[in-house]
Amino acid sequence: MEPHYQHLYEILSHAEGYIFPNEINLQWGILIVVYPFVTGLVAGAFILASLERVFKVRILKPTYQIALLTALSFLLVATMPLISHLTQPLRAYEIMITPHLSSAMAIFGFVYLWYLMVVLLLEIWFDYRQSMVVWANEKKGVMRWVYKILTLGVSDISPRTLKWDRKLGYIITVIGIPSAFILHGYVGFIFGSIKANPWWSSPLMPIIFLFSAMVSGIALVMFVYMVISYMRKKVIELNVLDTIGKFLFFALILDFTVEVLDQIHRIYVAEESFEIIKLLVSGKLYLTLFVAQGLVGTIIPLITLAFLQFYKHKIKLRKTMYFIMSILVLIGVYSMRWNVVIGGQLFSKSYSGFTSFKVGLIGLDGTLMAAFWLILPFGILAFLLWLLPPWKMVEQEE
Amino acid sequence: MGNEKINSSRRKFLKSAAALAGASIGYTWLKSSQVLLFAVEPKDESLPWYGIVIDIEKCIGCGRCANACKKENDVPIEPFFFRTWIEQYTVKNDGSVEIVSPNGGIDGFEQTVPDEDIFKSFFVPKMCNHCAKSPCTQVCPVGATFESPEGVALVDEKYCIGCGYCVQACPYGCRFIHPVKKVANKCTLCYHRLKKNLVPACMEVCPTGARMCGNLRDKESKMVKFLKEHTTQVLRPNLNTGSKLYYNALSSEVR
Repeated sequence: MEPHYQHLYEILSHAEGYIFPNEINLQWGILIVVYPFVTGLVAGAFILASLERVFKVRILKPTYQIALLTALSFLLVATMPLISHLTQPLRAYEIMITPHLSSAMAIFGFVYLWYLMVVLLLEIWFDYRQSMVVWANEKKGVMRWVYKILTLGVSDISPRTLKWDRKLGYIITVIGIPSAFILHGYVGFIFGSIKANPWWSSPLMPIIFLFSAMVSGIALVMFVYMVISYMRKKVIELNVLDTIGKFLFFALILDFTVEVLDQIHRIYVAEESFEIIKLLVSGKLYLTLFVAQGLVGTIIPLITLAFLQFYKHKIKLRKTMYFIMSILVLIGVYSMRWNVVIGGQLFSKSYSGFTSFKVGLIGLDGTLMAAFWLILPFGILAFLLWLLPPWKMVEQEE
Repeated sequence: MGNEKINSSRRKFLKSAAALAGASIGYTWLKSSQVLLFAVEPKDESLPWYGIVIDIEKCIGCGRCANACKKENDVPIEPFFFRTWIEQYTVKNDGSVEIVSPNGGIDGFEQTVPDEDIFKSFFVPKMCNHCAKSPCTQVCPVGATFESPEGVALVDEKYCIGCGYCVQACPYGCRFIHPVKKVANKCTLCYHRLKKNLVPACMEVCPTGARMCGNLRDKESKMVKFLKEHTTQVLRPNLNTGSKLYYNALSSEVR
């Protein structure tokens, strides 16, 4: 027995019932769990930012730039777990050069680039341009040149030009909202369109992914806002938390409703795959679905956030509760991605058995790698906050 | 009379022109949507259009097909990679079904259910269905997997990026990522042999002739005659994959 296959023999010994022989090894591991999670955070954070800008939720102003920079930090990493899971990563560029248009996956590169180049980078640039011009004049040495380069040589800060900056930034945000919807709804479609897999195949999948993305992105911005304020020794504004909490509550209700609807539909129509899926959710997915995603990530946050809508005493307690809820919601959405990606591969397409999944610690497809791709965006965010501090921005006139 | 004749011929011309335009627009639309959703059935009728027949009544579960396939096509010998394998179904008297495929059936089978508990038992050889609307080629993000003009689903090993999406999309579990080549791998219907007018390795070695492949266009061929004389069924017809692997005596337990 070659050591290379040892883990497969181990999995084989844990297989239950009958599975097709080629199904022993899971094609998509933990990195593909990370990928939709990260993409969802981007879409969700952006949607929260646009609430401030397009829907004029002025209370959220302190989180506006934070949300945008968070979205950018995660977007920069979003493709990495995808590329590193390929068995031929050096051929990844083929997907851009010769996309096979009937494939739901082929368009991802374009959707991604559109979102990165046209939406996020442009919006942040228009937003920061005036400040960058001012900073370029204030700073000395290398930083002076860094900011000069970042302005792309557009140093005109006359009121008329600034008005245009705001106008164009606004237009981009308006374009950005459907783009964020497309970005993540599309990720859901990658799974939802696989008719061979009854756990994935659902027209609700893009909507489920979208709502869960909003939930996770809002929770992330709440978390990041609290951590940043704490590190800067600034007061965490409670009305900001209350507003984010309210949106998180609404998004969670929507998300919960659609996901429950999907399950009710499955149970009621009880198609051919029903028995195996019933065994899947009550067995291998019990902890991650009912406990982590359902109880910890949805029910507890829903009740707590509802409670916080009425409970207005003990400021410190409320802040702590918001902080804990943001983490619980993130755990819940991560579990949801796990349940979709890993859960969908645990049962055999013969509907007669299960394989098992054991995450390795090291290697390109291991836990450490996945953790790296989840932590890296926070490093990028710290850098971006240092380079483009929202709290040092030049006040813009409305 | 002259006027009437001209009018009627003009009307006829306009009518046929409109019909022609409508038909060609309709045809273009149909064609383009076919390109988008499915692989296209090739127009070149000089080429064969391959289909496969497996006669479950004839399979004795000897496993020679799975073994020959591994040898012919350089498939790793470990029991996790198969282009073809055999499943043994045992329907018990209590209605439960036991399915096994130890090492894909290469080493033969041993019946572990006591005779008195068995309602019926049979073997089902599995392989790529070479679907005409194959979900695996539909989802390939770079088009590395495709259908040949003869209707054989193939993989371009120099082009595959190894994303595994095709493995997910195949409802029959017929694909895997080759552990050495690091690209998608699957049954090619021994395309290299077909091109030399040889039959696929699995069919060559089958002692009972349970497997056949042939040109679906050739109405005189042995396989098409078999299809005419027997009631056959494809796997998972509800998924509309356009499977071209027809099973004779397929039992409802098989998926």
